[in-house]
Amino acid sequence: MNIIVCIKQVPETTEVRINPETNTLIREGVKAIINPFDMYAIEEALRLKEKFGGKTTVITMGPPQAEAAIREAISLGIDEGILLCDRAFAGSDTWATSYTLSGAIKKIGAFDLILCGKQASDGDTAQVGPGISTHLDIPQVTYVKKIEEAKEKIMRVERLMEEGYEIIEIPLPALLTVVKEINEPRLPSLRGMMRAKSAQIITWGQKDLNLDPQQIGLCGSPTQVVKIFTPPQRTGGQILTGEITEIADQLVDLLKSEAH
Amino acid sequence: MDYLFNDEQKMVKELAHKIAEEKIRPVAAIYDQTQDYPWEIIKVIADAGLFGLFIPEDYGGMSVGVLNLCIATEEMSRACGGIAVCYAASALGTFPIVLFGNEEQKKKYLPDLASGKKVAAFAVTEPEAGSDASAIKTTAKKEGEHYVLNGLKHFITNGGDAETYVVIAMTDKNKGARGASAFIVEKGMPGFTFGKKEDKFGIRASSTSELIFTDCKVPKENLLSREGMGFIVTMKTFDMSRPGVAAQAVGIAQGALELAVKYAKERHQFGKAISSFQGIQWMIADMATEVEASRALVYAAARMVDAGIKDVGKESAMAKMYASDTAMKVTVDALQIFGGYGYMKDYPIEKYVRDAKITQIYEGTNQIQRNIIALEIIKELAK
Repeated sequence: MNIIVCIKQVPETTEVRINPETNTLIREGVKAIINPFDMYAIEEALRLKEKFGGKTTVITMGPPQAEAAIREAISLGIDEGILLCDRAFAGSDTWATSYTLSGAIKKIGAFDLILCGKQASDGDTAQVGPGISTHLDIPQVTYVKKIEEAKEKIMRVERLMEEGYEIIEIPLPALLTVVKEINEPRLPSLRGMMRAKSAQIITWGQKDLNLDPQQIGLCGSPTQVVKIFTPPQRTGGQILTGEITEIADQLVDLLKSEAH
Repeated sequence: MDYLFNDEQKMVKELAHKIAEEKIRPVAAIYDQTQDYPWEIIKVIADAGLFGLFIPEDYGGMSVGVLNLCIATEEMSRACGGIAVCYAASALGTFPIVLFGNEEQKKKYLPDLASGKKVAAFAVTEPEAGSDASAIKTTAKKEGEHYVLNGLKHFITNGGDAETYVVIAMTDKNKGARGASAFIVEKGMPGFTFGKKEDKFGIRASSTSELIFTDCKVPKENLLSREGMGFIVTMKTFDMSRPGVAAQAVGIAQGALELAVKYAKERHQFGKAISSFQGIQWMIADMATEVEASRALVYAAARMVDAGIKDVGKESAMAKMYASDTAMKVTVDALQIFGGYGYMKDYPIEKYVRDAKITQIYEGTNQIQRNIIALEIIKELAK
């Protein structure tokens, strides 16, 4: 089973501070790590490989230092890493990112499964995984908490819902995004770390992928960040007291008079 | 202090640190209480590939030496001296096979020990033979294709949980020390059973048990080296392993120091953090300096071992003695910084005092270490 895992390098802290003047993330002094949700995708890929054999590949799009994320994935046991790095990719939103990643996956060619974390801990959009499957026109299941059964051409998975879960069968190749309930990620091994240190990281840019320049980077991104701000804290509120029927009446009156 | 580690050593440190913080620290207090053998952590260490550091690559190891073993042991001991000693004691049981095993023995036993699939133990101590190892009573009598072992070993770290044991027994009682021999004994061999599991003061995550040999038949191929080499095997093994025990002591001391400094910054009395008081600051300065001095001595001894220098008995005894005496002193001072809270089991520091104590006792008491050091120096100066 050949598996591709899409990962993202993110700042370690969950409390990223924002420069109030430029409205950009303050990255100085913050360690870069693999997006925690992607660690579960990597782990699941390694487990599937241990069971079925095949090859595991990670892809990430990012600046040159994102290579560290690929090396970390290799230290965990991933076979190969590809870095998509080009000035032309800078400023990509989820559309442009998923388009670019899907372009790289097309270049890789044959695969059985694509795994992504459910979302990145910095942007929290959960759109890139589904975006890739749409660009590649393959089926997808999001929020997978368990792979119940995997066969050559079909997979049965459990999809986490707010209450309970769905059981879904999908034909392969397909894309899954995974939640943290799916497994417990392993630590690296010493051999893995040694291999990661000397591993050749493949780097592809725009001319390797031959993408539509109108769909990549900032100009290929329909999302424009106009302003980032901290919404004012809600204040006040009102607590209604009395018998339940009285409260209901008061509430109805308030909704009629106060709500717009 | 920068010890100028190479890339491998940096990786071992990083990896062992990760294991210590993410896997060991959260469960250290639980194992201390239950005294269960920490198999889940052993598996993590095994998967990380740390069991085979000093084992030659031809037998599934990494061939990266004793300094790396020390680095790994130290890092893990920062979080729990008990769990770390399960790891270090397996190395102790493996060294005799690395040093004295023949090709068949190495091929048969080392790969599983390198992968951590099995753990090892080294069995010298008996109720009547502690520091005086020449008083060993366990016998091994050759009968045809086997040696038949009879006797009792006690205080054996990893006893009962290890699969592979190196056992010292007398093949010729009349020859005294020269009548001892070393055997590889597997768990499950007929006549080999386990007795009392000790209830210990510290390092409670590790198992310490009696080994009972009742007409235990060990194939003659399992004799290490030759008959009569038992004491040489023991001494050479300890020369190799003592830097590891010393590293355990450094790790326990370092862990206690870190906790004490963190606490001193958080604890407020007389309106300020107690870390702002000179009395505490001087304690911290002394503790940190002594830990660093121990570490430097341990790494230097380990580097001598790795460089293949033949006689490292004195240096490895110095490292073990100094680091363990320091660990005892530093952990007691760390508890003092915690004050009354430190005496309570709700805080992690009292465990460090209990874990530190054994490092002054096992693998040769510190009095025996002083004998080794003094005799060696007197011998050197007589030349």
